[in-house]
Amino acid sequence: MTPMVDDIGRYLSSPSNREKVFELLGEHVVLAVLPLLIGLVAAVPLGWAAQRVRWLRAPVLGSASVLYTVPSLALFVIMPSILGTRILDGANVVVALALYTVALLLRPVVDALDALPGHVVAAATAMGYRPARRFVAVELPMAVPVLAASVRVASASNISLVSVGAFIGIGGLGQLFTEGFQTRYLAPIVIGILLTLLLALAMDLLLVGLRRAATPWARAGLRAGARA
Amino acid sequence: MIFSQVLAWLADSAHWRGPGGVPVRVVEHLYYTVVTVLVAAGIAVPLGLVVGHTGRGGVVLVGLANAMRALPTLGLLTFLFLLLRSQGTSTLLALIVLAVPPVLAGSYAGVQSVERDVVDAARGMGLTSAQRLWQVELPGALPLLLGGVRSATLQVVATTTVAAYIGLGGLGRLLLDGLRSGDYPQMVAGALLTALLALLLDLLLAGLARLVVPTGVRLSAAGAGESSRRRGRGPGSEGVGL
Amino acid sequence: MKRSGSMKRIVALVAAGLTALAMTSCGSADPLGGGGTDGAVVIGSADFPESELLMEIYAEALRQAGVEVATRPRLGTREITNTALQDGSITVMPEYSGNLLRSFDPDATVTAPDEVYAALQQVVPAGLEVLEQSTAEDSDVLVVTQQTAQSLGLSSMDQLEPLCGQLTLGAAGEWPGRWKDKIAQLYGCTFRQILSTDVAGPVALEALRSGRAQVVNLNTTSPDIAANGWVELADPRNMYPSQRILPLVRSGTLNQAGVDALNEVSAALTTEQLTELNRRIIEDRAAPVDLAKEFLG
Repeated sequence: MTPMVDDIGRYLSSPSNREKVFELLGEHVVLAVLPLLIGLVAAVPLGWAAQRVRWLRAPVLGSASVLYTVPSLALFVIMPSILGTRILDGANVVVALALYTVALLLRPVVDALDALPGHVVAAATAMGYRPARRFVAVELPMAVPVLAASVRVASASNISLVSVGAFIGIGGLGQLFTEGFQTRYLAPIVIGILLTLLLALAMDLLLVGLRRAATPWARAGLRAGARA
Repeated sequence: MIFSQVLAWLADSAHWRGPGGVPVRVVEHLYYTVVTVLVAAGIAVPLGLVVGHTGRGGVVLVGLANAMRALPTLGLLTFLFLLLRSQGTSTLLALIVLAVPPVLAGSYAGVQSVERDVVDAARGMGLTSAQRLWQVELPGALPLLLGGVRSATLQVVATTTVAAYIGLGGLGRLLLDGLRSGDYPQMVAGALLTALLALLLDLLLAGLARLVVPTGVRLSAAGAGESSRRRGRGPGSEGVGL
Repeated sequence: MKRSGSMKRIVALVAAGLTALAMTSCGSADPLGGGGTDGAVVIGSADFPESELLMEIYAEALRQAGVEVATRPRLGTREITNTALQDGSITVMPEYSGNLLRSFDPDATVTAPDEVYAALQQVVPAGLEVLEQSTAEDSDVLVVTQQTAQSLGLSSMDQLEPLCGQLTLGAAGEWPGRWKDKIAQLYGCTFRQILSTDVAGPVALEALRSGRAQVVNLNTTSPDIAANGWVELADPRNMYPSQRILPLVRSGTLNQAGVDALNEVSAALTTEQLTELNRRIIEDRAAPVDLAKEFLG
């Protein structure tokens, strides 16, 4: 254990290494968070459509399952041909991960909308809420607890998947893994794993905080509140 | 254009023969997937069921599952290989870490999803704790539990490809070697075959679920699902929705 | 009544879409995207330590010549780096003559250093050019342990034919596709089994050390060969082509001072020095950027 700590200390004592780790961490954050946002923003209207329109449901959910089975590496490399980006563009990883996020979140969105208590929605309609306003002001907020759980999963999953981009030079902290492996140096690998975990934890706490902020009624409720 | 090249690659019988041919790669891939999911289920199902049944430690469990999800597979693979010097063991361990969270979450959520009234009725009927778990909660948990297993299987099939980096066989070889030698048809063929394998396994598991889940549970899970969902399921859920 | 509701919805969706688009292009303008198109010199590297080392050596040489450089390490495979050169994301790439030739001309059969270089100059695509090649070389080599070499009397690939049937080879995943037929043709060798390892990395080393493979494909600049007392098999029939190190550059992006600086580096670099530098990366944990500064003084 202590030789490991020494090794990590030695690795970080070099300023060029510290700089590199910091840069890679920044890259990793952008590559993981951006797709999460984009994916969420895309999944909500898509899920809404799939839940409302009978015949859309099966094909949309089906394509989501299929998409998730495509190995991330393959998706990263095919992106330039689909998007017309340059091969080194971070957008390739961002779009691919956004697609995975959408695939991950579609079903929870549909489920969440399915699970809305009919009487609350009916009450809102009776009060005069038009469909769009009702969706934004009533249905979506009530879907938040269920959705939040899935967004947390998607966040952790994205943060882990970014590393695979190391195979095409856009891997954030993943670069520490390939580097450490090739030079048989555990220190950068351990640093990479620890930072990835820390990043995931930070994102998770942030998301929990956001969920709490978005669902004030849950805190006020008699039950212990949303467990998720 | 690329798809005609991919189809040509798949149609070439040379790619289906020999130690590097598709059948061998599929078998290798299946081996790692099946062993991983079995071991992960062996660990996660009992754990999830017990924690869900006793109702204690749920928050810790969910937190643990989420933390494991965040562990980067490539990082684990490289770390484990440098430590253990074995391609097979490193891969299995890294994949098991990946597979446990969905199964754990599914098992836990599954037990939690059983209607409290049903469990109370069982208690009222005199069933012991263990009997309640085995005869009432487990069958009721099956839909979500198996959903977690399906989700885990999908992820494992897709992620086993990454292990090609440490020289492992499986369909990832087609992907990685294709990438390294610029042979895009081979790469896309590898990706396609992996996706197909995942879908096949998913169908298999769905069929298995049909067989294993008691009809009453299946119908009630489909129909009265709202109450369990409103209770705010844990991070696990069925199918790919995770 | 419904009209205003759906208007709001449409506006919201469009706003979301635009934000997404903006974010994506923001991401690509960032540290994630490449420079190069504005005339800056960007040196890339492949994703292995020696390539990173060469990148840093080129970078330091150019800086000392007064050229401003940025580096983009660990870009991936040659497919990716060639594409990056052609779309301007990078402008200089340290390369290996034989493999580079093959990436432009898959049917090339020449193996001698000068022939390879001449052929390369012919087939390099428009917009790219190769500068002078170094004598430093890093090519594939088959390696066996001391014991194997002694007990089987193996020192050259010429002697493989009667032995291959009992030998297991450890090589990277792409090896069989490229060399299996060639080695049978040239040396009459068909290995009993080919284990797939990584590209001359820890997996390959472990395969040889543990005895799972009796022959392993490594690189001539691997410090582990000397460190373990392993034996390189000679390649008298030149199956493996020459892999002299040279810069591949985007035409017009380097001034004369830059070109001269890189040619000087190529002239100064030797295979022994490269092997020693590799050894320092692995054993002393030296960072490539520091080694480059040391090398160039």
